[in-house]
Amino acid sequence: MAALGPENGPAPTSETLAAGTTQPQAAAVAGSGVIATMNTGLVDAGFWRRFVRRRPMAALILQRLGLSVGLLFAVSLMIFGGVEALPGDFATTYLGQSATPQAVENIRKDLGLDRPVTERYFSWLGHALQGDFGTSWASRNSVSEQIGKRLGNSLFLAFFAALISVPLAICLGMLAVQFRNRLPDKIINVVSLAAISLPEFFVGYILIVFFAVKWGVATFPATVYDSMGFMERLSAIALPVATLVLVVLAHMMRMTRAAILNVMSSAYVETAELKGLGAFRIIARHAAPNAVAPVINVVALNLAYLVVGVVVVEVVFVYPGMGQYMVDAVTVRDMPVVQACGLIFAAFYIFLNMAADILAIMANPRLRHPR
Amino acid sequence: MPDLLTVKNLKIVATSYPPGEPPKTVTLVDNVSFSVEKGKVLGLIGESGAGKSTIGLSALAYGRGGASIVSGEVLLNGKDILKLGRGGIRSVRGCKVCYVAQSAAAAFNPAHRLGEQVIEASLRHGIMSRQDAEKRALYLFRVLGLPNPETFGERYPHQVSGGQLQRAMTAMALCPNPELIVFDEPTTALDVTTQIDVLAAIKHAIEETHTAALYITHDLAVVAQISDDIMVLRHGKMVEYGSTKQIIEAPTQDYTRALVSVRQTKRDEAADQSNKLLNIENVSAGYGNGFKVLHNVTMHLPKGQTLAIVGESGSGKSTLARVITGLLPPSEGRITFDGKQLPPALSGRSKEELRRVQMIYQMADTAMNPRQTVRDIIGRPITFYYGVHGAKKTERVKELLDQIELGDRFLDRYPAELSGGQKQRVAIARALAAKPELILCDEPTSALDPLVAEGILNLLLKLQEETAVSYVFITHDIAIVRAIADSVAVMHRGKLVRFGPKSKVLSPPFDDYTDLLLKSVPEMEIGWLEKVLVTRRMESAGN
Amino acid sequence: MNLRAIPLSAWVGFVGIAVALICALFAPFIAPFGESQVVGDIWLPGGGDYLLGTDNLGRDLLSRLIYGARTTIFVALAATVISFSLGMLLSFTAAVTGGFIDQLFSRFNDLMMAIPTLIFALVVLAVLPQHLWILILVMAVLDSTRVFRIGRAVALDVAVMEFVEAARLRGEGTGWIIFREILPNTLSPLLAEFGLRFAFSILFLSTLSFLGLGIQPPAADWGGMVKDNKDGIIFGINAALIPGGAIAALAICVNLVVDWLMKRTSSLKGGRGDA
Repeated sequence: MAALGPENGPAPTSETLAAGTTQPQAAAVAGSGVIATMNTGLVDAGFWRRFVRRRPMAALILQRLGLSVGLLFAVSLMIFGGVEALPGDFATTYLGQSATPQAVENIRKDLGLDRPVTERYFSWLGHALQGDFGTSWASRNSVSEQIGKRLGNSLFLAFFAALISVPLAICLGMLAVQFRNRLPDKIINVVSLAAISLPEFFVGYILIVFFAVKWGVATFPATVYDSMGFMERLSAIALPVATLVLVVLAHMMRMTRAAILNVMSSAYVETAELKGLGAFRIIARHAAPNAVAPVINVVALNLAYLVVGVVVVEVVFVYPGMGQYMVDAVTVRDMPVVQACGLIFAAFYIFLNMAADILAIMANPRLRHPR
Repeated sequence: MPDLLTVKNLKIVATSYPPGEPPKTVTLVDNVSFSVEKGKVLGLIGESGAGKSTIGLSALAYGRGGASIVSGEVLLNGKDILKLGRGGIRSVRGCKVCYVAQSAAAAFNPAHRLGEQVIEASLRHGIMSRQDAEKRALYLFRVLGLPNPETFGERYPHQVSGGQLQRAMTAMALCPNPELIVFDEPTTALDVTTQIDVLAAIKHAIEETHTAALYITHDLAVVAQISDDIMVLRHGKMVEYGSTKQIIEAPTQDYTRALVSVRQTKRDEAADQSNKLLNIENVSAGYGNGFKVLHNVTMHLPKGQTLAIVGESGSGKSTLARVITGLLPPSEGRITFDGKQLPPALSGRSKEELRRVQMIYQMADTAMNPRQTVRDIIGRPITFYYGVHGAKKTERVKELLDQIELGDRFLDRYPAELSGGQKQRVAIARALAAKPELILCDEPTSALDPLVAEGILNLLLKLQEETAVSYVFITHDIAIVRAIADSVAVMHRGKLVRFGPKSKVLSPPFDDYTDLLLKSVPEMEIGWLEKVLVTRRMESAGN
Repeated sequence: MNLRAIPLSAWVGFVGIAVALICALFAPFIAPFGESQVVGDIWLPGGGDYLLGTDNLGRDLLSRLIYGARTTIFVALAATVISFSLGMLLSFTAAVTGGFIDQLFSRFNDLMMAIPTLIFALVVLAVLPQHLWILILVMAVLDSTRVFRIGRAVALDVAVMEFVEAARLRGEGTGWIIFREILPNTLSPLLAEFGLRFAFSILFLSTLSFLGLGIQPPAADWGGMVKDNKDGIIFGINAALIPGGAIAALAICVNLVVDWLMKRTSSLKGGRGDA
């Protein structure tokens, strides 16, 4: 919302009413104003303006969707173009010390690097949209085939981590609010502060040392294969899931606490208190409906973080997922794999951020019930 | 009749935790006692920080932001509510005593319909059935003059205007049939023309329902219309306590006398209108996206005189100031200064052109860099425009400090170490340091307490006599216009409604808007509100 | 400032940072052995001559830990300083100039932030040659997007204040407005942000090194040491946990100080209750 800048002058009178909204909502709504002005160029301006007035929520959601698609396209351009523009020739690196000019020439032709950049970009993007990410330089296998197997594994991991961490984080966040500035809150604060300072791999190895090596209650490495049963799989991923939960929990809990505290200190909660309502009713009826949007936002943002967190955790536990695939590809500079994985990770990240925005928009009563 | 609410020797303190220092305890309210009879209204009046809201909330046994009641008694029907347990206090709040906040926009929950919120307390305390509560809400919406009372309750807070919200909040407080309502500046956030409607609605509703009230405000003229008794507070202590008639007509304390008699400064307008310094011709302006705020405004200001621009919020008066300064280039029209056209945008103006027009803001707090000393703040324009450094500069700063009636000892203070009035004086000195010909004053006194504001106005008048500087004075306060203006421009919704010498603009025949505006300003006179309402009714009957 | 008002947690943080800094600055004088000097058998247990034991190549773990402090802190600090300078410069320019420049910078920043940092770093490091300064630059540029966002928000908070408008009306240049009007009023939150970015840089660098894309052997750095010794874990050798613990301890210390700084800032901003 800050993008509107100081030149914007005094707020129009309709906005003075908005004083009661919680910050994140206000930010989300006002921020989209900028996009609104950007988008009007694309659609017939008059029609769009009428649409925005009549169905502000639908309009905002459409904008978010459009923005995400645009963003994804720009990201694909960056991942591909950035790789092109940066110095360093793959062929030379690929062959290492033994590169003769002839060999380099051959390999460039072989990989199709002699074609013009734009042509390669569009053919890459076109194929990628159809789910074909080309052939790995290192293994000569189909990238899509590998990703197909590994993406499921990664999502399996992330799903269970989310399943445990989201409710836990919200409960702990509410607990911290309930005991605000008292001992439980202070303990949660210090512990979570320490937890966000721990690198993922450190948490992972600590868990391995205790649960796998010392007590032998969990398995390491966390290998999974196709013929594995569901319960076997679950026990294999116990430690990686625990690591992810520990890493993401602290962040999510701290943000939840802040979001709920923001709502609890609002004037309408004071009004509810001065109406003589009970603590439970104040929280359930007056705080909760307004805290939903910011909390959903927190959850979605942390899920986005989780998707990235799997990279390190997969390496630690030698788990056959996307993250490990990408890291291996980076070490041998296998560009098709790196680009494909990068694009998929970015797509998930963008999608979750978009979901956070849209859910926040949908939870905003101002937009649900336009004037 | 026995007293409904009796407060005895109330003392309230707040503990704050300033960074880097041990916790500080501040006394907000000290040894205050009063009582309210059934069906009567007590007005609590004082400047900000006088402890009025804190006292009002003590009637609900509530301390806001770390405030706690350390001693004294709050007797409701003879029972001390401070001694009640949690459950006991809950059964008082929203049932026997209700609260109306200053900002209804923030106090209503954005997620629920207004009607639900209005009847919630009645239902939760088991005072009445849902059906009865809805009936009562409808009755109250009617009494308070809300539009479409049948469907009003189905709306969400963001779907109605500020004035309507404030009335809905009053309905919410009245709904459970309480014995006492605490009104905490219910009209302060409203425009003067809206204020009168809400005030009339509140007064009518209180009389209809025979509810007692504590009415908190900083505006003595407002409280005189509505209360039976008045207590004047200052710095958390009682100054004077008596009937409204006694306080308004025969105050015994100096402070009260000063409150009653503020704005006695009056000045006759200058006769000469010929020597134009500032000329605004057909100016229109707006912010991006085609939203026009100013429509074809034309006015002028002679040298050494004061032009007051009056209007409510949204009238475009502040936008006009931004256009004059060049912060917002006009979309049409032009501005001439001393016979030459001013470049429309700030970036196009020369240093000399900038020097000749200076500005004073409403909030002196934000208008001065908190990390600079008074010496730096006042000294910067001297260095910037005149290239004066060192001892000479300090000399000039001292001179200016003398002019604004502050001494040398303020040289090395930071803004945080100054009072509100002193800050505004320093801001005036900063403007003067450039030796300007025109100073734009954007509501420079509206954030100040009445006595301090009076001092600032007198200072501005004195400086005009000494330096022949001209002022464009933006305000919403007719009393100030009467006090200092030579010519007056009345603005409404971005258009110029009326412009001319003060004597002409402020005397009949009026146009509709100016008439409404002038009649809406509360006067320090008991029964003023009734008089206005009667005239209105007669006028509408006449139509 | 009153020293006694600093809470215990912040003191712990300060002491931890000081210890790490001393190790980094005087590594050759403190460390009992050389950085890559092989002193004995591999994975010797702690105690005796080798206080923390030896690593996967038989080098003294304590010595490598002390030398590692040097590399880790130097690289993380360098990246933070560069990212901070870059982010602040661009964000303040955007906030003060406004208009097209602001839109351009902000949209580009949004784009950069649409790709998760670690993924972005992996893609870029896959292409670029492995040099220390390239690593620092990549970390700095990626991190500067976060600095840009917070810097712009903080600067805009101040830039809309009337004293900045007053300076503009006086005719002051952009330089004066940034350095004399805005910067002095944003130091406190920015200092906290610097700490936060530094903690993040330490973790990020360690993660990259752990993945084998950060600092290259034989130079000692904490993340890399975890990678070197991770194979021992399954045999019950905890050499990998020691550098891991060092990273965590340093990050916690920095965060403790930041936490205190942030609380200080927020209470500076917060108004007093209505009276």
